[in-house]
Amino acid sequence: MRILEGEGVTKYFGGLSAVSDVDFYVDQGEVVGLIGPNGAGKTTLFNLISAALVPKPGIIKFKGRDITGMKPHAICRLGIARTFQTVKIFANLPVFSNVRVGSLFGASKKTSPAETGKTTAELLEFVGLSNVSNIPAKDLTLANQKRLEVARALATKPELLLLDELMAGLNQTEVTQAMDLLKQIRGEGITVIMIEHVMKAIMNVCDRIIVLHHGQKIAEGTPQEIATSKKVIEVYLGEQTNVGSQ
Amino acid sequence: MDVSGINSKKLITPGIFIVVLALLAALPFYASLYGVVLITSILMYIILTVSWTIFSGTTGYLSLATAAFFGVGIYTSAILAGQIPIVIVVILGGLVSFGVAALVGALTLRLKGVYFAMFTLGLVELIKHSLIWYEIKFTGTRGRFVIVVDNETIFWIMLGIFAVLLITTYIIRNSKYGLALQAIGEQEEAAAHSGVNVTMLKVVTFAISALFMGAAGAIMATRWTYIDPGIAFNINLSFLPVLMAIFGGMTQLFGPFLGATIIAYLEEILLTKFPYYYMLIFGVILSIVILYLPQGISGLVQKFWRRFPGGKSANT
Repeated sequence: MRILEGEGVTKYFGGLSAVSDVDFYVDQGEVVGLIGPNGAGKTTLFNLISAALVPKPGIIKFKGRDITGMKPHAICRLGIARTFQTVKIFANLPVFSNVRVGSLFGASKKTSPAETGKTTAELLEFVGLSNVSNIPAKDLTLANQKRLEVARALATKPELLLLDELMAGLNQTEVTQAMDLLKQIRGEGITVIMIEHVMKAIMNVCDRIIVLHHGQKIAEGTPQEIATSKKVIEVYLGEQTNVGSQ
Repeated sequence: MDVSGINSKKLITPGIFIVVLALLAALPFYASLYGVVLITSILMYIILTVSWTIFSGTTGYLSLATAAFFGVGIYTSAILAGQIPIVIVVILGGLVSFGVAALVGALTLRLKGVYFAMFTLGLVELIKHSLIWYEIKFTGTRGRFVIVVDNETIFWIMLGIFAVLLITTYIIRNSKYGLALQAIGEQEEAAAHSGVNVTMLKVVTFAISALFMGAAGAIMATRWTYIDPGIAFNINLSFLPVLMAIFGGMTQLFGPFLGATIIAYLEEILLTKFPYYYMLIFGVILSIVILYLPQGISGLVQKFWRRFPGGKSANT
């Protein structure tokens, strides 16, 4: 079943097209990778899906329903949650409160305070931040701040999760931990679209990969197909020997 | 912390609140007229400061429209007082301010940072000059007389507004919307993407804060007896609440109270004792506080409080 579809999605910034005429789809339960060189329009596409920006022209459908032009909070309540490339945490609030915001406001159905408290505690356990739940979010390491964003997004009980460079800036150990987290999220049956430059993660975790270049979709396929695609190697991956070794 | 500790703490705050309120309510029976009038002024400043903090203190949107909403209340009172009971006038003054703030907020709360601050400052001037134009063009006079109400009634109504404001602030701070307002202040975009209806929440909170400013203006007008647009829309009343809130510190509920009380009282003392050096002394004190007490007076109080055993709960 198609959970997300985009038809002719386009966004101009001034005269420059950041995303131009992109058609895409995501099936329920899939993990889709979104890759491409810097400035290819990956984050812009995320902003369009999560309604931070509105496509013009173009239509985005979530579970068959046209969601173009809806407000970000409404999109979130429908079941699309996201994280940010540069972390956007509530820096001076405790870790616990960061996640509680998502639980209190993002879920589609109303939850009691006791329930949100429980959900929040469980999610902090899930991402491994239980022991730091009372310290201000700004005091966490980058890796933990990214985990916090994931927990906050999950607290909104999403069906579709958009992860924007979850692993950027993390060391080897942290990347491995983040990949484990990703697999757990997938195990929960949540559909994921992830922007990532860490090829090892993309190739290992994704069912399907979409490649953007200069705002256009230039390739789409399984990790194997993408890794061997001449066009993708040319604009992004470079020598094939690099793939998977990063 | 043990359960009994939580329970007693939950009871202490409302307990102190009721005792203080009762003592204040009886003030006209044991204090001089001067005392009643002075406390009324201080209450007015507290109301303006605390209601300013409800919106600007949490969201970080610096509103300088306090004088505008206060003035709207004053003019509501100038037009209606004497025709209907004064309590109704005050409520209407608040509601009209609420309406104006909701309208203005819906139009301008997409502005960020300094643009929002400048717009709200402009709003005060805009309403003031529109009124001057209207009065001269249609009524032919610049000012209006407001019906006189006795000092005790003014005091009690001001106290009533203060009590309702206190309860409202307490409820907001302890509700999920209090958390959402803080989230907006920290990272608005992330709050929106976490499901917070940021536009709606900002507009409603802005309007609620204006409600109390308008109500305070409506009752204050009856004390001044004569008002004109220059008196009603006095730009100082936009800046003073900001200073008082910074002075008191905004992280604690009692910060704005302390700030408003101390500055309003200080102003009174300095103005009567040192009329020529008043502004100078005032400025020096403010500079010292801003430079050396980034958390305001309430931050200082907390620092001392924490040294006492058992005083830790102040840090929640």
